Amino acid sequence: MKIMVAVKRVVDYAVKIRIKPDKSGVETQNVNMSMNPFCEIALEEALKIKESGLAKEVVAVTMGPSNCVDTLRTGLAMGADRGIHVEAARDLVPLSVAKVLKKLVEVENPGLLILGKQAIDDDCNQTGQMIAALLGWPQGTFASKVVLDKEKQVATVDREVDGGLETLCLDLPAVITTDLRLNQPRYATLPNIMKAKSKPIKRYTPEELNVEIKSGLEVVQVTEPPKRKAGVILSSVDELIDKLKNEAHVI
Amino acid sequence: MASRLLLQNLSKRHLLRSTFASRSASTLVLAEHEGGSIKAQSLSAVVAANSLSQDNPVSLLLAGSGSSLHQAAEKAATCHPSISQVLVADSEKFAYPLAEPWAKLIQLVQLKGDYSHVIATSDSFGKNILPRAAALLDVSPVTDVVDINGPRQFIRPIYAGNALCTVRYTGANPCMLTVRSTSFPVRPISVDSKSGGASISEVDLSTLDEDSVGKSRFMKLSSQDTGRPDLGSAKIVVTGGRALKSAENFKMIEKLAEKLGAAVGATRAAVDAGFVPNDLQVGQTGKIVAPELYMAFGVSGAIQHLAGMKDSKIIVAVNKDSDAPIFQVADYGLVGDLFEVIPELLEKLPEKK
Repeated sequence: MKIMVAVKRVVDYAVKIRIKPDKSGVETQNVNMSMNPFCEIALEEALKIKESGLAKEVVAVTMGPSNCVDTLRTGLAMGADRGIHVEAARDLVPLSVAKVLKKLVEVENPGLLILGKQAIDDDCNQTGQMIAALLGWPQGTFASKVVLDKEKQVATVDREVDGGLETLCLDLPAVITTDLRLNQPRYATLPNIMKAKSKPIKRYTPEELNVEIKSGLEVVQVTEPPKRKAGVILSSVDELIDKLKNEAHVI
Repeated sequence: MASRLLLQNLSKRHLLRSTFASRSASTLVLAEHEGGSIKAQSLSAVVAANSLSQDNPVSLLLAGSGSSLHQAAEKAATCHPSISQVLVADSEKFAYPLAEPWAKLIQLVQLKGDYSHVIATSDSFGKNILPRAAALLDVSPVTDVVDINGPRQFIRPIYAGNALCTVRYTGANPCMLTVRSTSFPVRPISVDSKSGGASISEVDLSTLDEDSVGKSRFMKLSSQDTGRPDLGSAKIVVTGGRALKSAENFKMIEKLAEKLGAAVGATRAAVDAGFVPNDLQVGQTGKIVAPELYMAFGVSGAIQHLAGMKDSKIIVAVNKDSDAPIFQVADYGLVGDLFEVIPELLEKLPEKK
């Protein structure tokens, strides 16, 4: 079986973001970028499945401008066998990403598709669900545990839902999106980073894949969230109780 | 009064439907029910629907099987004046919240009803199902809306809530949204029960496309029933971080929550360390809360955690480290050892009424 993993290049999670003065978006020039943390978890899970002998190949896919290849190389250094880069000039909405992925699935025929549950830049949490719908495959979103049964061609997935943990059984092929607790992604070692440089990356454009890129959404403006009024540092528990009771009236 | 309004609405709708091929605005709300009632968060989606436009009849979609579904439908019909119709899909296929049949159901109901908007709440239920339905309908959904500026303009947080993005929807109908329930609070409304409320009708499922249904099966749900208020809707939330040091010590947080009638929350560090189960996590990847009072003990205040609680009305932080970022958002800060502060609070806090 082949596993396809979608990875996204985003502003590093530790960066304190700045909003552009013209309010058109968030500053991404000269900002530290890295692989979306949930995508790292997705890739780690695919590699683990391969290492347990249940998959033969792990293909990492990314979409966006040419510098997204860096993210793909990181994925190859972690252990993905090869990469696919779909060159797109601007940010794609999840529906477009899902449509491109569908075409790639038709070319590559993977038995499992793993994505992160959300990208930490747009916080959408949509792509995995949308690609599953387009393919007519079952979905296991917010996965915190994945067990494959090769004989029966099913995946048992524990999902993190509001009320606790839900267990589903999915027929393969399926789409799985990863939650934080699924695994601890590995670091790329120096020899592997060197090796990754010679691993193949195939390039496509959306036109070559015959996908029409439409957005349906227009960003009007991006603004700072309202700042909270500066608080006060109190000196004792008595003062705290008094403030909560008599000033804030919350207890 | 309410009944007259309802009649007016009904006749207006009828007029519109007969005059125009499509109505100006009409909303389908995907609702969740439990134990014969619709969930409180689902009503937030109705409140959100109300702020889309003035004349906006709301159809509530309930799916499931058995008597509790019909009980919930009857309650839903009289629970909010802007609900004009309750659609009930009764089938074993909907016994569990599996995305595959539910997304197909939304597609089916949308193709029949031609709604201008489809709304769900952005909890794990709505986030799982709505994007799948949107892809079936070939439209781009808008996730986690916190404010509505007209029928097609919405505000949503991006970058873990560090920026607010105003987006205009320019795509085809329906415009699909998941809304953050804490941003659309439900105020108690009295509905004239004599008016009979909304009409209840069964969805004809004979044309439900079976294509991707049956490829997933529900196995089990392991939940923690604590008897405490639900984290998402509690008025007070008491949260503990890594500084609690152990699951045993975390019980102090639970005791304090009990005394205040509060829900218990946790940081990712506390969950990863195994102090509490993951459904208590507050933050970008956990639950988003906005209670009246949020008390954070031993929480440093990483941006991913702040994303889940900074809309709380009053934030109290207790931390040994006076430079902890949590103090920048706290209304009341106390620099001190939580192992001294919590017992003192437990002793001195007034008994809850």
